[in-house]
Amino acid sequence: MLVIGEKINGMFKSVREGIQTKNKKIIQDIARKQLEAGADVLDVNVGPASAEPLKDMAWLIETIREVTKAPLAIDTTKPDVMDRGLTIAGENSFLNSTTGEEEKLNALLPIAKKHNAKIIALTIDKAGIPNHAEGRLEIAANIIAKAMEHEIDTSNLYIDAVILPVNVAQQHSAAVLETIKQTKLLCDPAPKTILGLSNVSQGTNVRTLVDRTFLVMALASGLDSAIINPLDKDLMDAMITAELLLGKNIYCDSFLNAYRKK
Amino acid sequence: MEKVIEKAVSKISELAIGATSANGGTREKELKIGGQSAMPFLHFEGSMPNAPVVALEVWDTVPEEWPLIADEFKDIVNDPIKWAQKGKEWGADLISLRLESCHPDNKNNSAAYAADLVKKVLAATKLPLIVIGCGHPEKDQEILPAVAEAAKGEKILLGMATKDNYKTIVAAALASGHSIIAESPLDINLAKQLNILVSDMSMPLERIAMHHTTGGLGYGFEYCYSIMERCRLAGLAGDKIMATPIINMIADETWKTKEAKTPQDEQPNWGDLHKRAINWEIACAAGYLQSGADILVLAHPESIKQVKQTIGKLK
Repeated sequence: MLVIGEKINGMFKSVREGIQTKNKKIIQDIARKQLEAGADVLDVNVGPASAEPLKDMAWLIETIREVTKAPLAIDTTKPDVMDRGLTIAGENSFLNSTTGEEEKLNALLPIAKKHNAKIIALTIDKAGIPNHAEGRLEIAANIIAKAMEHEIDTSNLYIDAVILPVNVAQQHSAAVLETIKQTKLLCDPAPKTILGLSNVSQGTNVRTLVDRTFLVMALASGLDSAIINPLDKDLMDAMITAELLLGKNIYCDSFLNAYRKK
Repeated sequence: MEKVIEKAVSKISELAIGATSANGGTREKELKIGGQSAMPFLHFEGSMPNAPVVALEVWDTVPEEWPLIADEFKDIVNDPIKWAQKGKEWGADLISLRLESCHPDNKNNSAAYAADLVKKVLAATKLPLIVIGCGHPEKDQEILPAVAEAAKGEKILLGMATKDNYKTIVAAALASGHSIIAESPLDINLAKQLNILVSDMSMPLERIAMHHTTGGLGYGFEYCYSIMERCRLAGLAGDKIMATPIINMIADETWKTKEAKTPQDEQPNWGDLHKRAINWEIACAAGYLQSGADILVLAHPESIKQVKQTIGKLK
């Protein structure tokens, strides 16, 4: 599974402080720790409190680039911030994210195309998030059609079926799993699937247990990648074990260690 | 029809054997193996920067179990120095010296003997060297550290490290700058585990070759082939632990088989023993070449010639 580390986000207090005081060490430490813990890609989000998102995004990316060449997922809703972020971040970056709304796709897909970025697309449209898999798949199909119009390789699309907190929207978990399974059938080459995982456990008392249980279920449904906290060792262990049981890696007694050596 | 191209996500690690004078050794060349980004010889899918190499199997005692070789090589089988010197003449890329005489059931020769012999072989041939112990886990822990020390600076490939004795042997290889062969009993999971254990001792994965204890032709060949193939596929699919080069001890597995020993008068349908035995070694090597072999250890000059020709045509 492609692991996108979620920790560089202005929503977190230390990152917010790091941005405000221009303390590079805070940001670089979080970047390093996530990569050491198994992140393949680092998500970068200036957070809702940023008064100057364009500047803050540029500073964050340049700060991260001083310590790693790892791919970055530029996490913003603003097209100008996205364009600037993808420009600085360089190759193999992710656009995080667009929804299935026509105007968003029209604004963001050309930016992704220009930078040859992979695209994380949420199955949300003007009416919101559908309750069932069918509605989510319909939006995913629209996103794929739009991407094809923009001559984007569909294997660069990462469809996020949008999981909602289990304490308020319990029926959505099954719908998301079904969407993950069927997304693969929508086109050839098949799009990838992704989840912003931690949403599922918002407001619950046992967040990490809910996170890792749902991640394992999603992997069994064919999930390709997730935006997660790689510093949650139990979560990473569950992911590694699930992939082992799915035959993605060759078993050996030290399989957790083996995965971490990759 | 559209070609189905498999693209590897990672490469097999590249292992160097032998140090030239420029690198503090006395070998005439440094051999590189591994580095592929595709299954063997599928040049349209990726690159194969280093072709598989052929080593000459040399014993330090007469291989009693190999009657045909013992007879045919009667001038050299009593003398490992002379035998090793044939490597160059016969076209081998390197020498694989087996310290069989050190086995407690053989002559039980000492570590000092092993170190001395390795020094003599290094002086007698300038080809890169592989040194294999006697196969007795405890005894190999005595002789291989002495060998490693004696060959310091020559970047030899030292084996076999097994789950029972890898710590001593890997430590010795590390101390003297050599690479290691990790041997497991034809089991992909155990092979991976041993590679991890060896690399946990700070031995870089680029200095590990795997020996899967693959058999000779007719002795579980298909199973051996599939283990090697799975291993190689995993290595190309991003599993770095499985992306280490593979060595096949083909001579050792071939010349003790009944197919390489039984005279024609006992099995008239099997044809001429001499021709049959050599072909047995060649056929085994040709098969393993296709499943990911990086080093083929052979005994007969005709096998070396034919297998080198095959590699030359495919590479």
